[in-house]
Amino acid sequence: MLAGSAAIFTLVMLLLLIAYRRTPAPHQSEHRQERFWLYGLGLAFPLATLAALLIYGLVVGETLLPKSGDDVVTVRAEARQWSWSFGYADAAGLRTQGVLHIPAGRPVDVEITSLDVVHSFWAPRLAGKLDAIPGQVNVLRIEVAEPGEYQGVDAEFSGPGYSGDAFTVIAHDPAGWGAFLGRAKE
Amino acid sequence: MNALARHRALSRIWSSQPGWRGVISTVNHSDIGRMFLLVATLFFLIGGVLAMLIRTQLATARSAFVAPAIYDQIFTMHGTVMMFLFAIPLFEGAAVYLLPKLLGTRDLAFPRLTAYGFWCYVFGGLMLVFALLAGLAPDSGWFMYPPLSSSAHSPGVNADFWLIGVTFVEVSAIAAAVEICVSILKFRAPGMSLDLMPIFAWYALVTALMILMGFPPLILGSILLELERAFGFPFFESALGGSPLLWQHLFWLFGHPEVYIIFLPAAGVISTVLPVMARTTLLGYRWVVAAAVALAFLSFGLWVHHMFATGIPHMGLAFFSAASTLVAVPTGIQIFAWLGTLWKGQPRLTLPMLYIIGFFFTFVIGGLTGVMVAIVPFDWQAHDTAFITAHLHYVLFGGFVFPMLAGLYYWLPQLTGRKRFFRIGEMAFWLIFMGFNGAFLAMHWVGLLGQRRRIAWYPENAGWTEINLMSSISAFVMAIGVAMVVFDIALHALLAIRGSRNPWGAGTLEWAMPTPPAAYNFASIPIVGDREPLARDPELANKIARGEYFLGAPRGELRETLTVDAAGGRPEALVIFPGNSTLPITLAAFTGAGFLGALIRVYWVIPLALLFVVGLSLRWGWSQREATHTGLQNVGRATLLPQAIETDRSPGWWGSAFLLGADAVLYGSLFFGYAFLWTVGPNWPPPQWLSLSVLELALGLIGAAVEVIGILLAGRAVSRSSPPPSLGILLTLAGAAMTIAALAMTLTRAGQLTDYAYGATIFVMIAYALIHAAIAAITICSLAYRTLRGGAARPRTSNVNIVRLWTDYAAFVAATSLIATQFSSYLR
Ligand code: HEM
Ligand SMILES: [Cu+2]
Ligand SMILES: [Cu+2]
Repeated sequence: MLAGSAAIFTLVMLLLLIAYRRTPAPHQSEHRQERFWLYGLGLAFPLATLAALLIYGLVVGETLLPKSGDDVVTVRAEARQWSWSFGYADAAGLRTQGVLHIPAGRPVDVEITSLDVVHSFWAPRLAGKLDAIPGQVNVLRIEVAEPGEYQGVDAEFSGPGYSGDAFTVIAHDPAGWGAFLGRAKE
Repeated sequence: MNALARHRALSRIWSSQPGWRGVISTVNHSDIGRMFLLVATLFFLIGGVLAMLIRTQLATARSAFVAPAIYDQIFTMHGTVMMFLFAIPLFEGAAVYLLPKLLGTRDLAFPRLTAYGFWCYVFGGLMLVFALLAGLAPDSGWFMYPPLSSSAHSPGVNADFWLIGVTFVEVSAIAAAVEICVSILKFRAPGMSLDLMPIFAWYALVTALMILMGFPPLILGSILLELERAFGFPFFESALGGSPLLWQHLFWLFGHPEVYIIFLPAAGVISTVLPVMARTTLLGYRWVVAAAVALAFLSFGLWVHHMFATGIPHMGLAFFSAASTLVAVPTGIQIFAWLGTLWKGQPRLTLPMLYIIGFFFTFVIGGLTGVMVAIVPFDWQAHDTAFITAHLHYVLFGGFVFPMLAGLYYWLPQLTGRKRFFRIGEMAFWLIFMGFNGAFLAMHWVGLLGQRRRIAWYPENAGWTEINLMSSISAFVMAIGVAMVVFDIALHALLAIRGSRNPWGAGTLEWAMPTPPAAYNFASIPIVGDREPLARDPELANKIARGEYFLGAPRGELRETLTVDAAGGRPEALVIFPGNSTLPITLAAFTGAGFLGALIRVYWVIPLALLFVVGLSLRWGWSQREATHTGLQNVGRATLLPQAIETDRSPGWWGSAFLLGADAVLYGSLFFGYAFLWTVGPNWPPPQWLSLSVLELALGLIGAAVEVIGILLAGRAVSRSSPPPSLGILLTLAGAAMTIAALAMTLTRAGQLTDYAYGATIFVMIAYALIHAAIAAITICSLAYRTLRGGAARPRTSNVNIVRLWTDYAAFVAATSLIATQFSSYLR
């Protein structure tokens, strides 16, 4: 995408530069000029480029779609001004503040909602943003290959505490995940 | 009469009063255009100072320059000022100043409305400036998402300033848009068919139509949010059947077209200036017009791309993503038409051209990053980061400020009649260009590294400090450049020497007059047979001054011009304009008093202000200069034309039609909200429904039918000129009274349901219909008054046709809103 954009940008800049450098061709018919500049560069060129881009986007988008499986883990993220609290379907009653625990290597559905204003759940290395909207639950599918700690932030402006509104995602290996859930049971 | 005597006579007729009185009473488009441009520029400087404060805050990590609570006001006001108080009014100012000169006429369609809109803008802007200085400015971001902006989370008056101040300013945008549409369609030089119009007029027409379509959703949203804040009508409160997403839809239904409302006038400037700089004509005029129209249409189907992260279903995402990338096509057509024009001609490297090159460079980058964020997976990462801020400035600064600076330097000799002397402008260009790109390229980068927009501070270990510092330094370089432009213009206006009349060798009519232009623009109204009349006939300016065309002989003290038929440009009627008046500023002040009453919640002020507004509006209509002599008038060149008010469709009819169009969009948005809450809103159904009342429904529907039939009869009677239209008028009035009764009864029942979003929505729909029924009743009363007075005041077909627009619309609204609400309990 970046390379294509750079190419288009260079093309436009070159056409602009050449306009100043060339000696204008002796009378060309306006009609032929229109055919070149408008049918060709104005209409056909963007259409072709966009078609390519859209196909690419759809293919990529397809791979991002959540695939259903039986080992999906469901967690819940509740935003408020300005902290996050997390709940777990596999351990009723368990809540963590500011830290979301998930298993690595398994698909996780995060049910996102808000208790006050609009926030957005964003852990940049795990997935794109999804908004936390009061009265509505949005589900974000994430999957982490490697156990470890990942940073997350609120990504929709939510008032004076917005800049510091962050959370951590801890991805456990299977043993660690079991231990985490087990700890909750006690 | 020789040219000088004609100049003296016309100047006396058209001039505004000297000094301060002139400022507050002028209705002349050149005066008001200049005032608009000046005030918009002041707001640009205010917005710029706020931008510098933002960049100062972000220059260092964990900045302690201002506290977050203040910083939130600063960036919210920066966005608000730039979008509502700078960009749109600058377009309005440019259009108000230029259009009559480009179109070959003497003033805009409704001179007093121009003034009214300007003063609404000034008063609304002052409200927001006051909020800024008092530290009470809005602080929820320029798109004001509830519930953050609702009273529970923004208890102060800050958000009210935004909702009420911005709505007040939008009144002026709507006024200007109506004015621009009617002026372009009806007030042109004879012979100028749509196909021969200067390209800027096409762009202005498309932009004005977009304002009429795009602003009503936001006005509606602001009214609903203010009702929620002030009276607890829970439109956006999910626990009570509302939805925060409803606001987002209404806002972006406005917000996306807004971007094109800002870009299209700038593109119009480029399409005008660039061919002159290349000593040729625009390549593919019709293609460019079609591209502008296509862009306008497309832009109303794209708003959802601002909401990709709100949990929109996948099909919706794919559709809006594809549609969003499609705007690249009409944009591409324009870009390549301009490049082709440069290739066709022999381009010069003048100062306006430098800014246009700056435009190409920045806008193409902004367009390409725009296509990137239209791709959903990319947007999920880039959304709400500094990357978006950078993208939007490449589009807005590159696509609006650069072209407008090109336009400024291009039309400056026309505006002042002077010649640029100092070379400060070139240096300023390079500072602005380098500074801009330094500042915002860096923001793309730091955005991709994860810096969110709207943060007041970031930690030291984020690794963003150097990039931000670089961005801030570049921004200050740009600010120096902007200051130099201001300095350059001031020097120019004060010191430069007189220049020649058409320094660029342009072909359009604004250069066919002495500069600085006289208040009447054209000593006689030229006949146009070409897109570049001045290029075809270099003697044109002299012929105009010698009075060889229409209306070359001033009559009495009348400000006269011509209207033409909309498509072909055949002369149609003679128009007599009103003279200087303080009515517009007074009316704007009372309108402002009403808004102020809502702001400080002293509600008894509102009906009082409304009373004055209605009274003054009636006086406004009455003080329209009545025809002193009737029948066909000699307009010169052996042509006889009727006066506009004696035709079937006077300018007032056109103005009402466009205004009602915008009004209908608002009504449609209300239906959209009703359907949205019904189908998508959480916590539906409501605990209690409005039950069907056959009495109310029947009374309302019969009343609406009687109203429609009555005005039809009145129209017939007037066109046959006997007997007087009393029966029709009485019927219309009776019909209006019946709808008012039916709506009022429904309203009291809906009023018991307003603690739930469903009931609140019904309340607003009925109240809307009731307000329109009242307006219809007032217009019909004015018609009755005319009939009673008789004589010169007797109603003409043009009067009836205007009233009919309002009564028919009121009948339609009464019927539809009664049906949509009364049956709702059956639809559940
Ligand atoms: C004079 C040069 C300008 C500079 C240096 C500048 C700088 C900035 C910066 C740094 C922000 C981002 C604050 C943040 O969210 O982190 C911002 C936001 C914004 N700017 Fe500008 N800007 C300039 C001109 C303009 C112009 C000409 C327009 C529109 C015509 C504009 C419209 C906006 C808008 C709409 C926002 C978003 C405000 C919000 O998030 O609520 N700016 N500007
Ligand atoms: Cu958009
Ligand atoms: Cu964009």
